[in-house]
Amino acid sequence: MRIVVTVKFVPDLQSQRSFTDGTVTRTAEDGTMNELDENAVEAALQLRESLPEGEGEVYAVTVGGADAVAAVRKALQLGVDHAVHVSDESIAGSDVFGTARVLAAAVHQIEKDGPVDLVITGMAALDGLTSMLPTALAAELDIAQLTLASSLTVADGTATIERHMADAHETVTAPLPALVSVTDEANKPRYPNFKLIMAARSKPVTTWSLSDIGVDPVQVGAMASRTTVIDASPRPPRQNRVTVTDKGDGGTQLAAFLVERGLA
Amino acid sequence: MTDVMVAVLVEHRGNEIAQPTLETLTLARSLGAPVAVWMGDQPPADQIERLGAYGAAEVRVVEVGDGARHAVTAAAAVGSATADASVVLMVSTFANKEIATRLALATGAGVVVDAAGAQMVNGRVETTQTVFAATWDVRTRVNADKAVVTLRPNTTQALPAETPAAPEVVSVIPLLPEVRESMVSVTPVEREDGVPLSEAPVVVSGGRGTGGDYTLVRELADVLGGAVGASRDATDEGWISHEHMVGQTGVTVTPALYVACGISGAVHHRGGMQASGTIVAVNIDPDAPIFEIADFGVVGDLNDVIPQAIAAIKAHRQG
Ligand SMILES: Cc1cc2nc3c(=O)[nH]c(=O)nc-3n(C[C@H](O)[C@H](O)[C@H](O)COP(=O)(O)OP(=O)(O)OC[C@H]3O[C@@H](n4cnc5c(N)ncnc54)[C@H](O)[C@@H]3O)c2cc1C
Ligand SMILES: Nc1ncnc2c1ncn2[C@@H]1O[C@H](COP(=O)(O)O)[C@@H](O)[C@H]1O
Repeated sequence: MRIVVTVKFVPDLQSQRSFTDGTVTRTAEDGTMNELDENAVEAALQLRESLPEGEGEVYAVTVGGADAVAAVRKALQLGVDHAVHVSDESIAGSDVFGTARVLAAAVHQIEKDGPVDLVITGMAALDGLTSMLPTALAAELDIAQLTLASSLTVADGTATIERHMADAHETVTAPLPALVSVTDEANKPRYPNFKLIMAARSKPVTTWSLSDIGVDPVQVGAMASRTTVIDASPRPPRQNRVTVTDKGDGGTQLAAFLVERGLA
Repeated sequence: MTDVMVAVLVEHRGNEIAQPTLETLTLARSLGAPVAVWMGDQPPADQIERLGAYGAAEVRVVEVGDGARHAVTAAAAVGSATADASVVLMVSTFANKEIATRLALATGAGVVVDAAGAQMVNGRVETTQTVFAATWDVRTRVNADKAVVTLRPNTTQALPAETPAAPEVVSVIPLLPEVRESMVSVTPVEREDGVPLSEAPVVVSGGRGTGGDYTLVRELADVLGGAVGASRDATDEGWISHEHMVGQTGVTVTPALYVACGISGAVHHRGGMQASGTIVAVNIDPDAPIFEIADFGVVGDLNDVIPQAIAAIKAHRQG
């Protein structure tokens, strides 16, 4: 079974996140692999480990600028077999459909060495939190979409997931090949161990440009984007914040605050 | 302006229209002429009337049965019903974000999810969103001729139209694609009375600091007419079901009032509630990060503070 995991390079949650010229600022210093993609990598590794030695292979793929290579390096440290970084100046400013097109082309490129059975993504990238890419990628690849999986099992050429939607818990199946997006409930991501970190150093990262994977640059990037961020500004911090220490009347003060604001 | 057709996908639970749909219809009126799209069995007359009261000139009914749970099917159905619309609005839910993505991909539309508002500027849709745990405001322009936008609940005030419409009800026969996915089982979530978390005007959440006892949190939520939320630690402990989890990977809420009880305010949690109108926190630890974003914070034991607050609110009401 061959599995492709998509991993995104995003600003660290704990860092000061910002925008530059309408796109999220991503730098090597405060950038990292999207935390929720750790669950995607973990799901892929667990599947590989459930198979006899040599029968499973995991590729990690990222699309992004030069710094984004850090995302696939992290995936290597966690134990994936191959790392692919798709980078091209023409990709900058792509919307979700541009990114999906590039990722789909990368998957097809990997398929030249053998079929890809599963594509596993995170449930959302913690920068934009849009959760759109998995659906767009499944549509682009024209394969089944099993999204927001809180559990995943694969047997006899079929993938089965559970998903917790607001109104119901669903169990959904689809024949392979399929795209699965996993939530942070799906598993507990492992930590990279020393041996893997050392081994990852010598593992190569394959870098592809758009022409390597047969994508016409006019189909992606800012020019092809159906949406453009025209303004981004930090919100002012909340004004007039008050913190009181309970000395026996904290609840009364809390109630008074709510009443004063017309909230109680 | 009225030549712009704005289709609104109606959220409904059974035959009951969800409040965010009325908010979405209100926004739709400011963009153009709304038509409502109802996925499911024919709605009853009172609900059609309700959609008319909020400005829908037409209600398009598209029946897809259980298929509606598949993004592929739902997107095709919505597509069949909205081919002539320039703008398609939906309520932001995980399911609708998938429908919006597929619909946009199929129609060449530009898509924005989790918007807090939208405007027509020179014939193009422009949206506003708050991102990075509500620390940034972003404006986005849709460049394509068609726009698909999902709107967060509680970001537009629902107001009936000045002149109610008497909507024409039109039945749409959708063109449905083949579906690869199959639903093995669908187990409805037992919902408590009252509004769902994402739509509630007030949310009272409890975290690890509750020690697993939600009695006080529920009581305060009742008194304030709100819904009960939780942190991930609380849902992980099994103290309360997963549907209650507020945060980046749980429900995003933007109520007028958010009360955090015994929640530290981790960045993952803040990502789901920081855009709330007023934030109140009760936490025993003065250094808890939740106090950095609370309009009113009480450093104290929630077991002392909450009962006293409930009593004081009740006393004020009896006033
Ligand atoms: C990928 C990922 C995604 C995540 N997504 C989410 C998410 O969507 N939502 C979410 O909530 N979390 C999420 N988390 C977890 C998050 O990082 C925190 O671990 C979690 O929010 C902490 O929950 P808590 O505040 O209840 O617990 P704690 O951090 O343990 O805080 C408990 C607080 O209660 C206070 N307290 C204790 N006793 C009392 C008392 N008697 N009275 C008053 N205060 C008291 C303590 O001082 C403390 O501040 C995610 C984590 C990861 C890694
Ligand atoms: N540029 C990218 N490169 C690789 N994977 C991506 C990229 N953007 C999004 N993804 C994947 O899609 C998931 C959902 O992202 P999003 O739809 O942007 O919230 C992420 O968790 C990643 O697995």
